[in-house]
Amino acid sequence: MIAYLTAGDPTPDATPGFVAALERGGADLIELGVPFSDPIADGPVIQQAGDRAIRAGTNLARVLAIAAEIRKTSEVPLLLFTYLNPALRYGFERLARDAKASGIDGCLLTDVSVEEAGDYVKAIRDAGLDTVFLAAPTSTEERLKLVAKYSSGFIYLVSRTGITGEQQTIADSAMPLVQRMRAHTNLPLAMGFGISTPQHVASLAGKVEAVVVGSAIVRQIEADSTKLEDFMRGLCTPILKKAAIF
Amino acid sequence: MPSQIMTSQPDAGGHFGTYGGRYVPEVLMSPLEELEHTYAEAKQDPSFHAELDYLLKNYAGRPTPLYYAKHLSDHLGGAKLYIKREDLLHTGAHKINNCLGQALLARRMGKKRIIAETGAGQHGVATATVCALFGMDCTVYMGEEDMRRQRLNVFRMRLLGAKVVPVTNGSRTLKDAISEAMRDWVTNVSDTHYLLGSALGAHPYPAMVRDFHRVIGLEAREQILQIEGRLPDAVFACVGGGSNAIGIFHPFIADSTVKLIGIEAGGRGTQLGEHAARFSGGSPGVLQGTRSYLLQDDDGQIALTHSVSAGLDYASVGPEHAWLHERGRAEYVSCSDANAVAAAVTLSRTEGIIPALESSHAVAEAIRLAPDRPNEIFIVNLSGRGDKDIDIYRENLQELDHEAGETA
Repeated sequence: MIAYLTAGDPTPDATPGFVAALERGGADLIELGVPFSDPIADGPVIQQAGDRAIRAGTNLARVLAIAAEIRKTSEVPLLLFTYLNPALRYGFERLARDAKASGIDGCLLTDVSVEEAGDYVKAIRDAGLDTVFLAAPTSTEERLKLVAKYSSGFIYLVSRTGITGEQQTIADSAMPLVQRMRAHTNLPLAMGFGISTPQHVASLAGKVEAVVVGSAIVRQIEADSTKLEDFMRGLCTPILKKAAIF
Repeated sequence: MPSQIMTSQPDAGGHFGTYGGRYVPEVLMSPLEELEHTYAEAKQDPSFHAELDYLLKNYAGRPTPLYYAKHLSDHLGGAKLYIKREDLLHTGAHKINNCLGQALLARRMGKKRIIAETGAGQHGVATATVCALFGMDCTVYMGEEDMRRQRLNVFRMRLLGAKVVPVTNGSRTLKDAISEAMRDWVTNVSDTHYLLGSALGAHPYPAMVRDFHRVIGLEAREQILQIEGRLPDAVFACVGGGSNAIGIFHPFIADSTVKLIGIEAGGRGTQLGEHAARFSGGSPGVLQGTRSYLLQDDDGQIALTHSVSAGLDYASVGPEHAWLHERGRAEYVSCSDANAVAAAVTLSRTEGIIPALESSHAVAEAIRLAPDRPNEIFIVNLSGRGDKDIDIYRENLQELDHEAGETA
C-alpha cells in the first residue's frame, strides 16, 4: 500500500508525524508531494493542499529536510512526487545529490514525458535513486515500452483518464492496462488515481503489486488528522500480503 | 546556425532550440500524437487548404487591409505607420484564423466536443463562433477575474451557445484557465479536442497555431511590397502567449533588414507580480506543456502577473518567441498599462480606430519610436478591436465621463 500526502500541508512541521501515522496504519511506501503552483494533473483536493503548503513556506529544499527528519526514525521508502519546474529550478544534479542525502529513494515528475526525460533520468539514476514514470490507459504500446525502459523501482499505472481525486468505482480501463504493461516489464506495478476506499483496494488486491491512495488521505488530514492512522489501517485491511517495492 | 533561424521550424519533438517540447502527463501524450498526425496529414491535403481558405475569405473576412495611418503618421512626424487590420475580422480579432483551422482538424478527428481557455475572451468568442458554425459542443474556461473584466465577451459566448466555466483557482486569469482546460482534456480525451488559443503549450500547438496565423504576415508582406515597393523597417505586435505576433513575424524572419518588435505587458511596475514582461523579468522554465521564459520565484513556483489587458496577463510566452529572443532575431520590450491606454486614445482620435487593449501595447511602442525614424516604414499588427475593452477604458479615462456629464 502506497500513501500520498502533500508535504507541508498544513505546515512543514506536521508532515513527519503524519508519515509515522500512515506507516503505523500499514503504508509500505510514502509519496511525498512537493507543492507546485500549477498542478495540471491534480484535482481540487491536492491543489488546495498544495496552496496551503506553499503558503506555509514549503519548497523543495524544505521537503528534503522533512525527508531527512522522517529518516531519523523510519526506514519507510520515500518517493518524491512533483512537477518538473520546481525540480528544474533546483537543478537535477543538485536534487539527486540532496535527495539521496536526505534518504529519498526515488522520484516521479508527473509532467515529464519519456521523450523529455533524458537529463533528468541520468542525474537521478547516477545518484542511485529510482525514476518512476506514469503509464496511462491512453498510452500506445510504443509508449508503454518507453515507460518500461525509463522506469526503475516500479511503474505507476494511472487507472483512468483524468486528474487525481476520489471516484465511486475503479475505471474499466484499469485492468487492460495492467495486462498491457506486464507485456513490457517485470517491474512491480502500482495503480493510482481515483482509489479511495477499502472496496477499491480489495478489488485490486492480487492484481497489482501496490495501490496508491492520495486525495482520500489528503482529505482525511484536512478533516481530522488525529484519525489518520485508523483511516490508513481501514484502507489496508483488504491487503493480505505487504507490497514489496524498493 | 543562421540557416535554422531563416526558417524557424521546430524539430521532430517540437523544439525551437532548447524551447518548446512536450511536457504533459502521460495521459495526454497519445492525443497530442493524434493531433500532430492529423495536422501533418491535413497539411498535405489540398481539400483541407481549400476549405480553410474559403472560410477565411468568405466567413472571417480575409484578406484584411493594410491601412496607411496617414493622420497618425503626420501627427508623429516621423516613420510612416501602416496598420494591419486584424480588428476587422469576424469576431473582432485575429483569433478566428486559428479557430477555423483547429475546428477543421477536430472534425477530421471525429471530435464533437471542443474546450478552450480564454483570457480577454477573444479566443473564447472565436471558439464559440466556430463551434456554432460546425455544430460542436463548446465549453470555455475563463478566470473569474477575467470574466469580471470582460463581461461583454462572456455574454457573447453564451449567446453563441457556449458554456462558460468560471475558474476560481490561483490568480483567476489566463494561466489558471489553461490549467483547468488541461484537466478537462485529461479527463475527456476520447471525444474532446482542446482548441488552444495561443502559440503555447505542448507540441504541436505552438507550430500549428503559428501556421494558422502566418496568413497575417504573408498578406502584410505582399501588401507592403505592393504599396511601397519595399519591405518595412519594423513590425510591431503585442505578445501575450504570442499568437498574433508569431503570425505576423514568421514570414519576415528571413528578411534580415526587418526588425521584429514584440511588446509585452509592463503593467504598473517592474516588481514580480506587477507586470507580465517575461523576457525582462523571467527565466527559462516549464509551464503547461512547454519550455519557455517564465515569471517564477526562486522555488520554481509560477508568479502572479498583472496587466490592464487580460490577453497579455500570462506568466509564460510561446516557445518560438523564446527562441527568436535568444537568437536575437526579434526584440522584446514592454509597455506600461498607462502608456497602452494613452496610445489607444491617440489612435482613436487620429484615425477613428479604437484598438483592443492588447493591441494598444503595440501601437504605443510604434508611437514612441516613430518621431525619431523619419524615413522608415512601420507595420503595426492591430490584433483586435476595442469594443470589448470599453468598460476598462472608462475606468481608466474617467475624465471623459465627467466631460459628458457637464455638457449634458
